[in-house]
Amino acid sequence: MEGSLTSIINLIFGPQHPALHEPELFRFKVEGEIVVKAEPRIGYVHRGIEKLFEKNTYIKGIYLSERICGICNVAHTVCYCQVVENVMNIEPPPRAKYLRAVVHELNRIHSHLLLLGVAAEELGFDTLFMLIWRDRELVMDLIELITGNRVMSAFNTIGGVRRDVNAETIEKVLKVLPKLEERVKYYRKVFEEDPTIRKRTVDVGILPRRDAIRYCVVGPMARGSAVDVDIRRDIPYAAYDEIPFNVIVRDECDVWARLMVRVDEVLESINIVRYALEHLPSGQIRLPLKRSAPPGEAISRVEAPRGELLYHLVSKGGITPYRLKVRTPTLANLLAASKLFEGHTIADIPAILVSIDPCFACTDRVTLVDVKSGKSTKVSLRELARRGRE
Amino acid sequence: MIDVYTLKRLALWGRLRSPWILHFNSGSCNACDIELLAAITPRFDVERFGIKVVPSPRHADILVVTGPVTRQAAPRLKRIYEQMPNPKYVMALGTCACSGGIFRGSYAVMGGVDKVIPVDIYVPGCPPRPEAIIDGIVKLLKKMEAETYGK
Repeated sequence: MEGSLTSIINLIFGPQHPALHEPELFRFKVEGEIVVKAEPRIGYVHRGIEKLFEKNTYIKGIYLSERICGICNVAHTVCYCQVVENVMNIEPPPRAKYLRAVVHELNRIHSHLLLLGVAAEELGFDTLFMLIWRDRELVMDLIELITGNRVMSAFNTIGGVRRDVNAETIEKVLKVLPKLEERVKYYRKVFEEDPTIRKRTVDVGILPRRDAIRYCVVGPMARGSAVDVDIRRDIPYAAYDEIPFNVIVRDECDVWARLMVRVDEVLESINIVRYALEHLPSGQIRLPLKRSAPPGEAISRVEAPRGELLYHLVSKGGITPYRLKVRTPTLANLLAASKLFEGHTIADIPAILVSIDPCFACTDRVTLVDVKSGKSTKVSLRELARRGRE
Repeated sequence: MIDVYTLKRLALWGRLRSPWILHFNSGSCNACDIELLAAITPRFDVERFGIKVVPSPRHADILVVTGPVTRQAAPRLKRIYEQMPNPKYVMALGTCACSGGIFRGSYAVMGGVDKVIPVDIYVPGCPPRPEAIIDGIVKLLKKMEAETYGK
């Protein structure tokens, strides 16, 4: 079948964000209870988006890039709009840059809370999952207030943003932030001190700093392994060169460190949103729309909730891109992650998978291969999580 | 002695008051999936109506499919549908699952759940809000009731 041949070539793009409950397969070779080797099988979510970009205009591309990943959709639109702006040689107005940062950070808060909740669920702590998701609704309300939709915000556009905020909205957002901060500080305490969580995560899935650099991991996974990288600080985009914030780095290198990095990043993001809204410059929010781009080439890098996101655009003139390449953070992390399982028990698999990012439940099915008999059995991840608790 | 008719009514009563849901992602962007998950968390809490998300197709009454059904996921979706016990119902969640949505025309997607398995109810939206999902399930329950008593 020709279709499957092409999908092999493009496989890298396929399940760029294998997150919640997505069809994805990991092949674990186990000896007794110990994992010897893990092989991810990706590609179930391959939708041929890069080809669709070439067929659609630059404007339609915004909405297409948003639907690469529903969870970090704002990171994708920011990156896409920036890369197109780079080719068109336009610079969005300062107010738009600040608003981009605000929505980008709100999106990061929602994404990290989502992951922390699901991590709690996979560790067998269902109450914490429900509590975190209840408080996550506060962020969803804020996103809806600013952008008009809960998940798919369609906020960014080429040359700026699509909706402005007024003083009333800013006041409402600033009122909710302390409430959220208080809750997140409480969850930080839970993750830091709860003996169940510590037992399941401390010294599990260790990725030493050297390996983290060698496997080129990105985002919270790298920062949990003492690699100090953050695109927001290293190559500032949007308004990040004017907003003060800390990059959270921990040197424990285990699952716990990766979760803690995310908790602390939520607190940082809350501060960024607050600072950006308080120092919002006045002026217009977008430039007049340009439909076509001159021939040229550009890249854009963004710190998505899961790590570095890169878009590479080649234009030959006209209203459609000639080629658009997307490199998403999960792919970078997934390859290194397969290494992490080695030497750990089957019960640790959900915890490690969660820590690389919501790659976990995408592994709706896990194949266990007994090294000695070569027999393989298939179990669902939920079954695995249940086994881990017992 | 309980006759067959009474047993059937009892089964229907159980099904209508506690429909179990299986969620399958056929290549969606996760937006619908997180909204479905949000529907089971405290703010919306569909579990108070007995609606429960189960991990195995063999326990499920309703199959909720998100995503435009990629060519890789299509055979898997079909197999999951076949594993479900009768009577089974399918909900297409999100615009992609209804029609292929923004991915329509791509070489890698089938373009809608109904290209692969029969669908009972469509919930459009990108993504549908949790309220819309709950509304869809309630409408499906009415349909289930009417179908059984209609016969």
